[in-house]
Amino acid sequence: MKLELRAITKRFPGVIANDNVNLTLNTGEVLALIGENGAGKSTLMSVLYGMYKPDEGEILIDDVAQVFSSPADAIAAGIGMVHQHFMLVPVFTVAENVVLGVEPTGRFGKLHIDEARKMVREISVKYNLDLDPDAIIEDLPVGVQQRVEIVKVLLRDAKVVVFDEPTAVLTPNEIVEFFEIVNTLVKAGRGVVFITHKLKEALSVANRIAVLRRGKVVGEADPATASESEIAEMMVGRPVQLTVEKKSAHAGEVVLSVSDLTVIDADGRTHVEGVSFSVHAGEIVGVAGVQGNGQTELVEALTGLRKAAGGTITLDGKDLTHSNPRERHHMGMAHIPEDRQRQGLVGGLSVAENLVLTRYHDDQFSHGLVVNWDAANLVADSLITEYDIRTPSKETGAGTLSGGNQQKVIVARELSRDLRLTIAAQPTRGVDVGSIEYIHSRIVKERDAGTAVLIVSTELDEVMALSDRLLVMYRGKVVAELDPKKVSPMEVGLYMAGSRPDGVVQK
Amino acid sequence: MSTTEIATPLMSLEQKKRSRNVGLSLIFLALVSAFFLSARPGDAGFKLVESFTLVLPAQPFAQALAVVLGALGAVQLYRGFGKWTNVMLAFATAMFVVGFLAWATSGGSFNLTGMLQDTVTRSVPITLGAIAGILCERSGIINIAIEGQLLGGAFAGAVVGSLYGPWFGVLGAMAMGVGLSALLAVFAIRFRVDQVIVGFAINFFSLGLTSFLSQRVLTPHPEYNIVKPFTPYAVPLLSDIPVIGVALFTQTYFVYISLFAVVITTWFMYRTRWGLRTRAVGEYPQAAGTLGVDVLKLRYRNVWIAGAVAGLGGAWWPIGTVGRFDQNITSGRGFIALAAVIFGRWHPVGALTAALVFGLAEAIQLKMSNLDTGIPSEFLLMAPYIVTLVVVAGFVGRSRAPKAAGQAYDASK
Repeated sequence: MKLELRAITKRFPGVIANDNVNLTLNTGEVLALIGENGAGKSTLMSVLYGMYKPDEGEILIDDVAQVFSSPADAIAAGIGMVHQHFMLVPVFTVAENVVLGVEPTGRFGKLHIDEARKMVREISVKYNLDLDPDAIIEDLPVGVQQRVEIVKVLLRDAKVVVFDEPTAVLTPNEIVEFFEIVNTLVKAGRGVVFITHKLKEALSVANRIAVLRRGKVVGEADPATASESEIAEMMVGRPVQLTVEKKSAHAGEVVLSVSDLTVIDADGRTHVEGVSFSVHAGEIVGVAGVQGNGQTELVEALTGLRKAAGGTITLDGKDLTHSNPRERHHMGMAHIPEDRQRQGLVGGLSVAENLVLTRYHDDQFSHGLVVNWDAANLVADSLITEYDIRTPSKETGAGTLSGGNQQKVIVARELSRDLRLTIAAQPTRGVDVGSIEYIHSRIVKERDAGTAVLIVSTELDEVMALSDRLLVMYRGKVVAELDPKKVSPMEVGLYMAGSRPDGVVQK
Repeated sequence: MSTTEIATPLMSLEQKKRSRNVGLSLIFLALVSAFFLSARPGDAGFKLVESFTLVLPAQPFAQALAVVLGALGAVQLYRGFGKWTNVMLAFATAMFVVGFLAWATSGGSFNLTGMLQDTVTRSVPITLGAIAGILCERSGIINIAIEGQLLGGAFAGAVVGSLYGPWFGVLGAMAMGVGLSALLAVFAIRFRVDQVIVGFAINFFSLGLTSFLSQRVLTPHPEYNIVKPFTPYAVPLLSDIPVIGVALFTQTYFVYISLFAVVITTWFMYRTRWGLRTRAVGEYPQAAGTLGVDVLKLRYRNVWIAGAVAGLGGAWWPIGTVGRFDQNITSGRGFIALAAVIFGRWHPVGALTAALVFGLAEAIQLKMSNLDTGIPSEFLLMAPYIVTLVVVAGFVGRSRAPKAAGQAYDASK
């Protein structure tokens, strides 16, 4: 089968998401579709999957034009999609999820669930996927959930399988397993489209790479000959620095000291259990882990957004376990939160207002009850220049900026004062390569100025590149402290999955 | 979405709190038995069948009850009943109700079997209303409009029934229910208006419309408001069983239809393609949508069917009981049905159980106002609603609503 997208254009009010895009894919090969967030990858795939109607252009299968008005049409034409956020009903079993939409039934629509189980077993044996048809989805690890998605696609006999950012939620070991599955699919004569923003992965698994920038295909690359930096340049439109440049750290005195910290939520679930560590002045400590292993709660406890159920937190020797966020802020703590839209910014307020959001009550910006906007605007102007925030004006609503620029607003606000400790959670999630480069350099600069830095990220490459010391969290506990220069990502991945390199599985 | 469930300690805080509350409630009931229920001497007679009346000495029974409830409460506070909590609770509540009835009837006697029969009868509109709620909410549409649909059904049932006979009245009621639910469907699904607000609007619309028509049309033309209601049908053989025969099998068609509705809804919801898709759409519509299931069509259809079921429940008033329509005749039963949905954890059998509890509360209230208890009748009228509050707040604990209930579906997300 040959799949062809010919001159696809899709416009949304104010933006052209896809601009005259041409792509072809044959079964038996892997096409990597690479581009930054907002480059139009997902829109293109939604067009292919019948969720959007293209404004111009057509989709051809074996040179026959197709009209997809719903996912059902695309499925019928042999296209399957594994979405970035899994489309699985959490309370259903594997078998129920797999057959949803194509249920084997008898009279009155009676469900033949035994037949569904058999179908799941057959496919998982054939493709070596190892699935229990009766397991409930919400009890399964993400890697296994992804296999359920793949079985779903295979059951519908998809000739072309589209994976949208499939590795974002996987541990390094699961990623290796995933690549094996992709190879099996290709050997079985299916075509694979692999959407990603990770260059390494595209290079290691694809037969061809197509690069998308601002809605256009800006070029194709051959993974056999192209280098990472060449592709990155195509993605961004200018040469970029891919590795983090930093000198070795000069760790000073202890700044943050956490001992035996425990966090329990309102439902009584323990998210952080007996965690102890310290961060010294002038060093970056990274926290790695698969999402949902207590990192979010750890950061919230450190920044005062969540009560600690036990243990102590000290900053420069002062106990702040029970201090509120503003007190912590005044003691020199900066917080770059993991969700910039929910916690970092007020989208409806202007860039200038967001830039003074933590300081509007300082004497510098207020006379009694009245805010001194002249002073605030002055500071905003200088921060916009200094931190290279690309915004039409300082009055622009912060929510309308691109992800990278929103993040720069937060970084500017948090880092533009004398600090003792910077806590950054997912500092570059959903941020374009150019801004990543900038934010990383800013964090390293902060370290070199003698600030203690704690980085929490689920992007293993990021924590490994930035950190001077690396902690791994698993099920609410710190299970390892490692030297990022001396361990491989695979080794860290084992800790992240709860096992140890020597094969001992931890409880 | 959290990817790894963090191990839970033995009992969550919420469970602990609930467990303590259950214990304290038992102690409270024990105190009520000891100081209040044991205050009236005399024997209470519960007539079971024509030839047999169960006699309970009210005072000793209340004293024994106080001891038993107190002991259960103490054990509950001390170590809990674990998985037997609900069984224990059901037993304790049932015994307390018996104690209460004994107190109320002391010195006299009353027909217990008749009261049970009344319980089942009165649970009909609540059961059917709750099934309507389940059909909607399982597919992701919150149906606050059950009350309005019941009321509309009652009105249409009375008018059509007066003109063409009770069976056509039932059909007319169902059609009215579908009409009102179609309104909910269009606003909630097509225009994505907040479902709770649409539901409330429909309730007030229905109340206003039926009251207006009742005053302007039914009052001057009483011939449009006189239905020949269904008479009880005794199921052969089954109705000869003592007590149960009268309570369950000497009833109008409404009771049999509502029991059948519970069975059929359960079967369809958990055993068929339609059920699987409904539950999928209520939990995670995007998952169903990306697999080619037409989410909106399914929701429309479910809301319509729900409207028919609620309309049928509304027909119970004119055609199952009094033979006529009165303004606001449903008086909030639709909201009680909503509580039954939650109490029954979105399961038809659970909803039936809840409806029976509410039916019992109503039946007791009715009996009480006939017996001379000294409790003002206005207070007794509140009883079913107080039971609703207590049940929803205290006994239900945490139940899990369909995740997508109340959210409009946007295919492009």
